[in-house]
Amino acid sequence: MNVCVVGCGAVGSLFAANLATLDDVEVWAYDLAQAHVAAINRDGLRLTGAGEVLSHPRATSDAAELPPCDFGIVATKAMHTSAAIAATAHAFADGCVATVQNGIGNEEVLAEHVERVIRGTTFPAGKITSPGVVQWDVKGDTTFGPFDAKPAPFDQVQLLADACTRAGMPTKAVEDARGPQWRKVIFNAATNPLGALTGLTHGRVCEHPPLRALVTKLVDEGKAVAAAQGIELDSDPEELIDFAARPEVAYGHKASMLQDVEARRQTEVDYLNGGIVEFGKRFGVETPEHAAIWALIKGMEASWTQ
Amino acid sequence: MTRVCVAGVGVIGSLFAAHLSRVAEVSTLTRREEHARVLREQGLHVSGRAEFTGTLDAATTPADLPEPELVIVACKGTDLDSIAARLQGFWPDATLMTVQNGIGADEVVGRYGDWKLLTAVTFMSGTRHADTHVQYVLDTATWIGPARGTTPADAQAAAALIESSGLRAEAFDDLRPAQWSKLIFNATVNTVAALTGLPHDPHFAAIVRPEDLGRLVRALMDEGKAVAAASGVTLRDDPWEMNVLATQRGSAHYPSMLEDVDAKRRTEIDMITGALVRAARQAGVPVPLHETMFALIKGKEASWE
Repeated sequence: MNVCVVGCGAVGSLFAANLATLDDVEVWAYDLAQAHVAAINRDGLRLTGAGEVLSHPRATSDAAELPPCDFGIVATKAMHTSAAIAATAHAFADGCVATVQNGIGNEEVLAEHVERVIRGTTFPAGKITSPGVVQWDVKGDTTFGPFDAKPAPFDQVQLLADACTRAGMPTKAVEDARGPQWRKVIFNAATNPLGALTGLTHGRVCEHPPLRALVTKLVDEGKAVAAAQGIELDSDPEELIDFAARPEVAYGHKASMLQDVEARRQTEVDYLNGGIVEFGKRFGVETPEHAAIWALIKGMEASWTQ
Repeated sequence: MTRVCVAGVGVIGSLFAAHLSRVAEVSTLTRREEHARVLREQGLHVSGRAEFTGTLDAATTPADLPEPELVIVACKGTDLDSIAARLQGFWPDATLMTVQNGIGADEVVGRYGDWKLLTAVTFMSGTRHADTHVQYVLDTATWIGPARGTTPADAQAAAALIESSGLRAEAFDDLRPAQWSKLIFNATVNTVAALTGLPHDPHFAAIVRPEDLGRLVRALMDEGKAVAAASGVTLRDDPWEMNVLATQRGSAHYPSMLEDVDAKRRTEIDMITGALVRAARQAGVPVPLHETMFALIKGKEASWE
């Protein structure tokens, strides 16, 4: 089976490196970062931390090099989805494309370019420490399911989930993957921007009582928007938040949005808090706290271009 | 000559002390011995809108200063308790005037003694170049009103004294309408600036897209206006109009809370947003967005403490 990981940042690299350890899977890694691509092709892709892996996916920055693929796994930052899938869609003419990105609205963008889309949510996290080397910070599960508007066949969803699981990334195939997706969106939207605005790690946000109370207000608004769509969360985001705050899990983890802010990169807030506000509007649910957080992060992004 | 003591000699305290030294016998209460010594020896130089050097007394304890009739408590809100504690037990006949941002500074000081109190807010600004040199930048007024044990006439007398020194001042029979307008304005503009890193610029008045910052600014001001109304205060100026006007002036003001955050100093959040949230609780008005801003600023302070 041919799999192309589109966007080989930290999360994409975790999928590419692990899948490339399987004999029956040929992995391509598509990424625009030339140094990372060159390092992967020269020395292989190395994971350290939560798992030690060295494997040899084929990496490229040139979408024209990609062969026809059975599966795509899109792992770019959410604001780059459209450009990335527009460039690579030809490789998936007969394949299925999954997203493992943050936020909501990515499936809709993929469906504008390819025919069979897999809704996905993944919890593993890490960071690129140098070209070709990724620090694997947090292990976690992945869930795949057909995207209702342009669904991939369920047996294909199962095939991809099985490959990921065999590669060391436990993955479930389910008919309705919105529950885990919204659980993660709510988790991220309620915690990441607070880290970005205050400079605190996840654990420190959670042990600061006024901020922890704010997290709960944001979670409650998110749950109301999910409920209005008939989405049943697969577990309570609050439990996930407290679990992640443990010292042995992600106490000291700087949320990706905090990493973005420190590097003065555009954040994914439009797809997290912005997504919740937009879906809230569509389904008649008020989300003043998410709107406030969305405005503050956009204001912060604007301050870098002053 | 009237005897005035300025307690807390930062930018605002320096401007008051130097100017008043031209029309009154001025002493200053400083935190550092070195600061008191250079003020005694060299005086306090003013540049910018005025150019002169004032002569004054200075010490680090009230015991070493002559008893004043008026004490201007000019420290930052974060230092209010410690400076009031140092004044405790001294000068029972003096009138103390607080000039801190927010509301409730007079009540904080009043817990440390039975002094007569005046309440004030100041809009003047300057830059402190040295212990003995302050530049006078914005010559906007200080607004003064009666508080515990004082009358409008007392506020007028204080305003007249300050005016005669070359600074601008205005007395109010009731300061609350003006003070609350500024409180709601500051609770919104200062916190939004401190969290986003933006100076007070046109982003604060933009309301076109759903994520535009002006929507949050307006929502915060609406919460504040509801608290004022429930507390029986008729605002002197509409904070949203103040915001729109200020952002149209062209030169974007850099709010003090943004400066504090940049320098990783403790902010005045307790005196500003904290005061508004406490007043909201008393009035039974929900202010969820101000509570959010409060939590975020507190979290930011925790990140460097």
